[in-house]
Amino acid sequence: MFEKADQVFLLLRDWLVGFLPPGWRSAAGVVLGVIGIIAVFPGLFAITTVLERKGLGRMQNRLGPNRVGPFGILQPIADAIKSLTKEDIVPLNADAVVHFLAPVFLVVVVFMGFAVLPVGRNMVLVNMDSGLLFYFAMGASTEVSIFMAGWSSRNKYSLLGAMRAVAQMISYEVPLLLSSVVIVMMTGSLSLVKIVEAQNQYSWGLPHWYIFTPWGCAAFVMYAVAATAETNRSPFDLPEGESELVAGYFTEYSGFKFALFFLGEYLAMLSISGLGTTLFLGGWSAPLAVLNWVPSWIWFFSKVMLSISVLIWVRGTLPRLRQDQLMNFAWKFVLPMTLLNLMVAALWRFMGDGWARWVICSAILLLVYVGAGRVGMRREHFGPRTYRYAE
Amino acid sequence: MLGEGILKGLTETARNFAGSFVSAERLTTVQYPEQRIPTAENARVFPFLVYDGTDWEAGMRCVACQICEKECPPKCIYIEKSKDKKPDFVGKMQIYPAKFDIDVSVCMSCQICVEVCPFEAIKMDTEFELSTTDRFGGLLYDRKQLSRSNEYYHKIHPTEAAEVDARLAEEKAKAEAKVKAAAEAAAAKAAAGLSVSAKSTAVSAASPAAPVANPAEAAPAPKPDGGGE
Amino acid sequence: MSFVFWFLAAIAVAGALAAVLLKNLVHCALALTVVFTGLALLFLQLDAQFAGFAQILVYVGAVAILVVFAILLTRSSETPKDGGVFSRTWMAGLVIAAAVFAVLGWAVLQSEAGLPHETAVPNVTVQQIGNALMGRYVLPLEIVALLLTAAMVGAVIVAMHEMGDAK
Repeated sequence: MFEKADQVFLLLRDWLVGFLPPGWRSAAGVVLGVIGIIAVFPGLFAITTVLERKGLGRMQNRLGPNRVGPFGILQPIADAIKSLTKEDIVPLNADAVVHFLAPVFLVVVVFMGFAVLPVGRNMVLVNMDSGLLFYFAMGASTEVSIFMAGWSSRNKYSLLGAMRAVAQMISYEVPLLLSSVVIVMMTGSLSLVKIVEAQNQYSWGLPHWYIFTPWGCAAFVMYAVAATAETNRSPFDLPEGESELVAGYFTEYSGFKFALFFLGEYLAMLSISGLGTTLFLGGWSAPLAVLNWVPSWIWFFSKVMLSISVLIWVRGTLPRLRQDQLMNFAWKFVLPMTLLNLMVAALWRFMGDGWARWVICSAILLLVYVGAGRVGMRREHFGPRTYRYAE
Repeated sequence: MLGEGILKGLTETARNFAGSFVSAERLTTVQYPEQRIPTAENARVFPFLVYDGTDWEAGMRCVACQICEKECPPKCIYIEKSKDKKPDFVGKMQIYPAKFDIDVSVCMSCQICVEVCPFEAIKMDTEFELSTTDRFGGLLYDRKQLSRSNEYYHKIHPTEAAEVDARLAEEKAKAEAKVKAAAEAAAAKAAAGLSVSAKSTAVSAASPAAPVANPAEAAPAPKPDGGGE
Repeated sequence: MSFVFWFLAAIAVAGALAAVLLKNLVHCALALTVVFTGLALLFLQLDAQFAGFAQILVYVGAVAILVVFAILLTRSSETPKDGGVFSRTWMAGLVIAAAVFAVLGWAVLQSEAGLPHETAVPNVTVQQIGNALMGRYVLPLEIVALLLTAAMVGAVIVAMHEMGDAK
């Protein structure tokens, strides 16, 4: 019975597809899967917006929106109606074609990323052998759309915001990839399905999630930092900082295109949380072996919403980082730590089973972290001022 | 250690989040318009005209001296004097404003009109939910819309109203005392004058009698109407 | 040569034509991005998953951005001269392009004639690519890595020198 609950969406799809002649069945199955993705993830986006506004409100000693439905849960509907009925203003000098294509490109690329996430047992839209690489390829393509948005608006502030956003995303692309490469190394496959299956084992009731290993935990922290920067979330939201650049690269967008950018950003957040869950938190596997009766997709979405809640929590807590602080952090701290993490993971593999490898690997990572932290947090001693004049 | 500050910040925010459900000090939102924070006593928004008693027309304290109109910085008061007179709170006949318009969309709530009014006739109201859909006439208040009773004034500014009432009562008492003293003096003089004129020689008695007789004539006339109706 | 191949080839060629014929330089860079994507899709059509996704990740995600940054940070993003996009020495350019194409075409045809015609498409997994890179082709890999490092160090030195000159 629990197996049926677990596979209920697949059974539904097979039943629906059974109405069609055999030649059409596989294509119709894929189409139904796509419809499922398009229905579920924007629904999650709506829930995320309410969660964010109410959660941020409570963290800031105030209520969030509470007028539209009971406790404001119908607020996304009001937002959708507002953005659909607003006038679509395109600046006169703006590059109309590129201006139109930028949000479209962003949403298309972000939706493509959802295709490889294993949402439950046997529930992945496309089971690719190099699924992770596909996901990162799609993630890298979002930078092009952001640049297009910023440049086509013919607004110096938008362009500045776009350049900053792209620089930030490129800087954090490398730590993101390297922290995921550790997982690939230890699993031996780029396929996300295989990665989740490798984590779906239990010893003494506890699962083999990669976050429970020293190198996995370090990689998770670095992945979280890089993911926050990739999706331009606070504290890395200088490109869209409302107090600096109005809305950064999407200043000149209004109405539905703005809603598409918003959708794209939040979907990117959901999708990167989904990937983080798959890589580090065991995807659809249950936290304890006894809880395997709960359907796998419930675990996946719970973990994704938990990650989103942590992202919202961090947004409510931390002030914004400056551009040079951001990039210094990426290149000088996170990147060397990810390389070290790779080496520690290799060491873990070579040391074989036992408690020794836990102690040594954790010790190396902690020592380097604390040491590098101390070095990095040393106060600069300012000498006499030197002046640089513009030539 | 690197990251310690972040963790401290996260715990503080978490405390705020959790606390906002249980304690009132962590959730300071006032859900307007269902809940309202009471305004302070000396809050001021736009002026209103005070009237004593129950009839706003007869009890209006304003005597159309136009000082507030002249002193108003954005010139939002427009006054037209009346042709006839009506008695004021001490009983003296005063003109009253036939038209007293304030354009509250222009008024800047500076309270200068209140400060310069010698008759305590115009005071500041505290009501601010005055939005209207009529763009041109909706915020132009005439004297009927501006009149509020003294009881209302007590309600919104109790200490101020008490002070004003005390002052007005004092003035009224002084005026009445003056009138009474004058009436007594006139009655005494009249009694003295009668006995003197019975001698029919005192030309010197006549001259002090003549100026004394006039206040005696004037005093009884306002007396029956004095003190307001 | 299926319909998909012709479609993707048309996209790549159209993008390339747009990249040389459009007036606005940033539009040309974006058209170049379309070319890169078309090439990646061609790789995917040939079942070379790693090559296709790596092409998107590297070319579209980084190289296209680099090209655009280079355009924006130099001053050539302003409107082009009135002469249009065709230069005066187009004859010489045509000759050189034809020569290069001839060399490439000769190389491709020579190699195709040398290979036996296989009917089965080889299934190359990422693992095989990894083994090859670390086994047979490790020397070229390290040389390329050295080259990239040298380029990066050179870029940093050039940038630092500029800041040093400004002092």
